[in-house]
Amino acid sequence: MPKINNPSISTFGTPPFNINKIRADFPILNVQVEGKPLVYLDNAASAQMPQQVIDRLVRYQSSQHANIHRAVHYLSELATAEYDEARRKVQRFINAADEREVIFTSGTTEAINLVMHGYGRKFIGTGDEIIISTLEHHSNIVPWQMLAEERGAKIRVVPVNDVGELQLDAYMNLFNERTKFVSLIHVSNALGTINPVKKMIAYAHSHGVPVLVDGAQAVPHMKVDVQDLDCDFYAFSGHKLCGPTGIGILYGKAALLERMQPFKGGGDMILSVTFEKTTYNTIPYKFEAGTPPIAAAIGLGAALDYLSAIGMENIAAHEHALLQYATEQVSQIPGVRIVGTARDKASVLSFVMEHIHPHDVGTLLNQEGIAVRTGHHCAQPVMQRMGIPATSRASFAFYNTRAEVDALVAGIRMVQKVFA
Amino acid sequence: MANLKALYQEVILDHNKKPRNYGAVERASHHAEGHNPLCGDHLSITLAIADENIQNIAFNGESCAICKASASMMTVAVKGKSRADAEILIEEFLAMVTGKLDLNIPDQKEKLAHIGRLAVFAGVHDLPTRVKCAILPWHTLHAAFDSVPQGDNVEQVTTEADNDPMHLPVGNA
Repeated sequence: MPKINNPSISTFGTPPFNINKIRADFPILNVQVEGKPLVYLDNAASAQMPQQVIDRLVRYQSSQHANIHRAVHYLSELATAEYDEARRKVQRFINAADEREVIFTSGTTEAINLVMHGYGRKFIGTGDEIIISTLEHHSNIVPWQMLAEERGAKIRVVPVNDVGELQLDAYMNLFNERTKFVSLIHVSNALGTINPVKKMIAYAHSHGVPVLVDGAQAVPHMKVDVQDLDCDFYAFSGHKLCGPTGIGILYGKAALLERMQPFKGGGDMILSVTFEKTTYNTIPYKFEAGTPPIAAAIGLGAALDYLSAIGMENIAAHEHALLQYATEQVSQIPGVRIVGTARDKASVLSFVMEHIHPHDVGTLLNQEGIAVRTGHHCAQPVMQRMGIPATSRASFAFYNTRAEVDALVAGIRMVQKVFA
Repeated sequence: MANLKALYQEVILDHNKKPRNYGAVERASHHAEGHNPLCGDHLSITLAIADENIQNIAFNGESCAICKASASMMTVAVKGKSRADAEILIEEFLAMVTGKLDLNIPDQKEKLAHIGRLAVFAGVHDLPTRVKCAILPWHTLHAAFDSVPQGDNVEQVTTEADNDPMHLPVGNA
């Protein structure tokens, strides 16, 4: 297996992008698997955490922790200030107009469910239609199905072509006077397709229909500007951004958030409670019932600082070069087919091998220290559309190298040899 | 992992490439479908049982090498056996693959008296995410035994079902 830390073969990006310096920030990359250096290519499932974020979590827990928005003592005020600052870091990272438009959730899934309950259950009724796409992750399908079943509403699905691109003509044809909501994945977790959401949002708005964008796979790989997209809601997760698990973001336009009903009831989301009447708090607190994951929110803030220091443009450029190299290399292997070859793609290489099931591929690659995801990637409708039960998926982060792509290619050839 | 190399050994690869008893038994008396929803594996098992004896058995479906080889070797192992003997083998196989009984421990090995060539699957125990692949055919066979003979209703079994009487906590696939 090629050496990972050879500076001569890691030349993507322009200064200040220094791949060796970046790799040194991630202690987990020193882990050995089966006696071999870890080659972590499952970043679309969850990214790894740099020491800077780990240190921030330790510093919070060891010198700043108390409950927030509750007490007047020193630690509570400090924790509250750090938590609120984390919200402003998110606001700046996605260029939201107002920090009140940033709601902390447990992740993308909860963010989508919040909109389903808070907006959907209030404004969507019998016979109304919700548009989603074939590329959706289950977390952007099931909540809308639950709503549709409860309300007698209907789900309409944007089709994809054979290479995994949404068909925009068909999308536009789905709109009618009953269309009440659109919820779209920004970057497909299964295929890597980058969807033209800005264009799709503009079209939905021309019909007066609000749009939620599931950005779980987009925010880690490109500069996302919610005002430029003009999306009404944008959801993403902290742990795919080198932050902790259990924290995610729902961005929503203030005017919409204010019209919505709360999702969860409890402390912190109220202004006053009597047994006769409860007055809800203002946004964003209206949607943050109970004690939030304070440490995770602050950790996410630190992760955004870390990514911003490297620069999302540098990250995107490095990952794009890596994906291009991997695509070239893997497509040269006979008996291997790349699934999802959209013109516009981010960081995901899904593939199938002739006569070899993805689970066997994953188990054997693990023997070489290579971590890939195998299965349907929580996107069964995509798999059905592509006519396959499952794929193997290598997904890249900015700390991956060309040498790791070479290790993957060598691993795939080894798998073929075992099954020859 | 020594066991992993042992797992993808010749006999498993051979059964994966040339599965025995692949297809469907015509005029089957018993039938069940098995699913592993987490990986999309799907298996169909048909049987011809007369006088409590398995006269014929076949399987087909879409699955990984571990699952397919397990199904293939299972059909070879139970064909011609009594239903009661097959049930004993199901129990032994599940105990071995889930790690309840270890072939390397003499007094436990005694309780795996009928395992024979199926011992090649012992290494699956070290791969928690793959245990379900190996046991799906055996769950499905068990469900087929309980299916209504010659009925139109096909027994459905899944590795996820809480009400599956053979369900064992083996981690997520």
